[in-house]
Amino acid sequence: MSNVNNFEYAPAPESSALVDIKSEYGLFINGKFVAPKSGKTFTTVNPATEEVLAKIAYAELADVNLAVTAARNAFVKTWSKMPAAERGKYLFRIARILQERSREFAVLETLDNGKPIRETRDTDIPLAAAHFFYHAGWADKLSYAGHGSNPKPYGVAAQIIPWNFPMLMLAWKIAPALATGNTVVLKPAETTPLTALLFAEVCQQAGLPAGVVNIVTGDGATGSHLVNHPGVDKVAFTGSTGVGKAIAKAIAGTKKSATLELGGKGANIVFEDAPIDEAVEGIVNGIFFNQGHVCCAGSRLLIQENVQDEVIEKLKNRMNLIRIGNPMDKNTDLGAINSSAQLGRIKDLAESGDIEGAMRWSPDCKLPTSGFWYPPTIFTGVSQSHRIAREEIFGPVLSVLTFRTPQEAIDKANNTPYGLSAGIWSDKGSRILWTAKRLRAGVIWANTFNKFDPASPFGGYKESGWGREGGRHGLSGYLKGQY
Amino acid sequence: MRIDVMKTYKLFINGSFPRSESGRVYELKDAKGKFLANPCFGSRKDLRESVVAARAAHHGWSSATAFNRGQILYRVAEIMQGRSEQFIAEIVAQEGATPASAKAQVQSAIDTWVWYAGWCDKIDSISGSTNPVSGPFYNFSIPESLGVVAIFADGKPSLLNLVAAVAPVIATGNTAILIANEKNPLCAITLAECLATSDVPAGVINILTGKADQFVSWAGSHMDIDGIDATGLSNKEVIELKELGSENLKRIYSFNEALSTKRMTNFMEIKTIWHTVGI
Repeated sequence: MSNVNNFEYAPAPESSALVDIKSEYGLFINGKFVAPKSGKTFTTVNPATEEVLAKIAYAELADVNLAVTAARNAFVKTWSKMPAAERGKYLFRIARILQERSREFAVLETLDNGKPIRETRDTDIPLAAAHFFYHAGWADKLSYAGHGSNPKPYGVAAQIIPWNFPMLMLAWKIAPALATGNTVVLKPAETTPLTALLFAEVCQQAGLPAGVVNIVTGDGATGSHLVNHPGVDKVAFTGSTGVGKAIAKAIAGTKKSATLELGGKGANIVFEDAPIDEAVEGIVNGIFFNQGHVCCAGSRLLIQENVQDEVIEKLKNRMNLIRIGNPMDKNTDLGAINSSAQLGRIKDLAESGDIEGAMRWSPDCKLPTSGFWYPPTIFTGVSQSHRIAREEIFGPVLSVLTFRTPQEAIDKANNTPYGLSAGIWSDKGSRILWTAKRLRAGVIWANTFNKFDPASPFGGYKESGWGREGGRHGLSGYLKGQY
Repeated sequence: MRIDVMKTYKLFINGSFPRSESGRVYELKDAKGKFLANPCFGSRKDLRESVVAARAAHHGWSSATAFNRGQILYRVAEIMQGRSEQFIAEIVAQEGATPASAKAQVQSAIDTWVWYAGWCDKIDSISGSTNPVSGPFYNFSIPESLGVVAIFADGKPSLLNLVAAVAPVIATGNTAILIANEKNPLCAITLAECLATSDVPAGVINILTGKADQFVSWAGSHMDIDGIDATGLSNKEVIELKELGSENLKRIYSFNEALSTKRMTNFMEIKTIWHTVGI
């Protein structure tokens, strides 16, 4: 057996030669890359190496004004007048170009974000293309979508996306907005702008009319200018609950509609009759997928008390096999933390776990010396009042709690202001449905976890947000319907 | 000559008819300035107690079968039919309406209960879906009730507006706190008397009277209210309500049509369930 444990993989790095990263990027406004009015820039780094990748334009109010005006003009003059079937064909074109250039996008995403190439190659980019393909088909079928016989777009959509799935979140936002006939101004996250800027090139290749998609790069101040712009009709935001509440307050006195996809503290419930080996895989996927930078992560593990020892032992054995390191290596499971600031937040919260009396365990793993890294970590002996059971860590840190009865599992799972996701592991169908009915969460995975699909509505209850993205239900966020 | 027995208009909380905790009332007069009633001046504590009652009632009400909820909503229509004359008299008095238009309003309010009663076991079929995901999964989306919904009832036509707001909210399994229109509260309390005798479980609908502007800040900042129908409020009040409501991301909407599926779906959440397929 010792030989098995000593098995090592040879390095299998993906080549970064596939991508041509420019030294400097402008803003994408009205179909062209333009310099920011102020001339200000910021840098984006590879979080796995801290190497500077490019200088990025910093958009201020004057630039946001130009972008919103371009989007308005495109909406009035072009996009709202185009037959819906033709609008859809542009989306089909974009989907196809994304598929053609998928490896390039995957490599660029991994360099800018720090997530493993296996995930960008197999999940982020294929799903992003699928979102465009799915929504392309809706463009001329909106009257069948249950939003009335003649649903109308809002106009200009302001879209702000996070750094955890940069290209996938772009697709979740832009694809439904364009399919329903809106035009967009999108602000990618400060630390991950590169794939959005490459997407601007895809829009050019697709011949998308100028101004239909505009991309402004910057930070929270840029996003605030965009949300508060009087020329914006619709706000779509994915990010923290704190910022989501601030947006809800900021637009209270306006006619703007908002879709908010916010934080979570998902419960992953393992019943005594669960297929334990599969559950362990699901637990690992639930919290360590994408370094735990997942709003719907299964960050609270609830195990039925009588199988706790078995599950924890198998979980630790499985965690010993997680490969952490170079995100460009095709065998890497856990990549870099996206930024130094995020690493700081993870460390602070994990330390609160130590201080409040939970027991920390991580496998013995070597972390690279440069870049931002955090080992896969579990805390056992966690009680509901601990900060690590209440607050979103957004990192590879799992809090383990236990329960005796199914009702206790429900009570603990629902004991949070969040309500985005939950998992259920059991071999008994009636128990799964009983549990799913009682969980106050928008997405429930039964005997699986962290699955996404353009046809499947995604979004949260309670303070996890407003509205859904994906599926027939996701269209309603971009349509003024009579129904 | 016989002296009429006048009615004491009280609140309706958790199936009972208490006076306001505030111990205060306000004077309501008809269009000609004649005294009509002393409705309760509901307090913040009355609202809190209503929220506690509504939250406690939510699990049972939302777990009742849709068929059962439909029968109970229909039962409200039956009871209201028998008390039509009382509603007509109140509408004439508080709105200054003609008896004919008051009668038409009562009929349409009763028919509104019937319309939403029929929706209880159908709304899931039209607002849910099965989703063809790429992979070996069975994936479906179902709508569920949001939880506790506060309603700011609009003024005239006062009874129809009450019913058009509260019937869709409870049809889907939510529980409600109905804040009566300040100038037209009489029908709200008489509606409570119908609810109390029509198998609607205690706490599912709670009815308060008082000053709307005070209820705006109390309801907007209450962290255990999930959604608000703001139809009866002014623009300024809606802005205040939305600013306060952002603290727990309340779902806040206003409506135009009495009969609209939006009145149900806006106070529902979509739950999507993935299950693996295999042997």
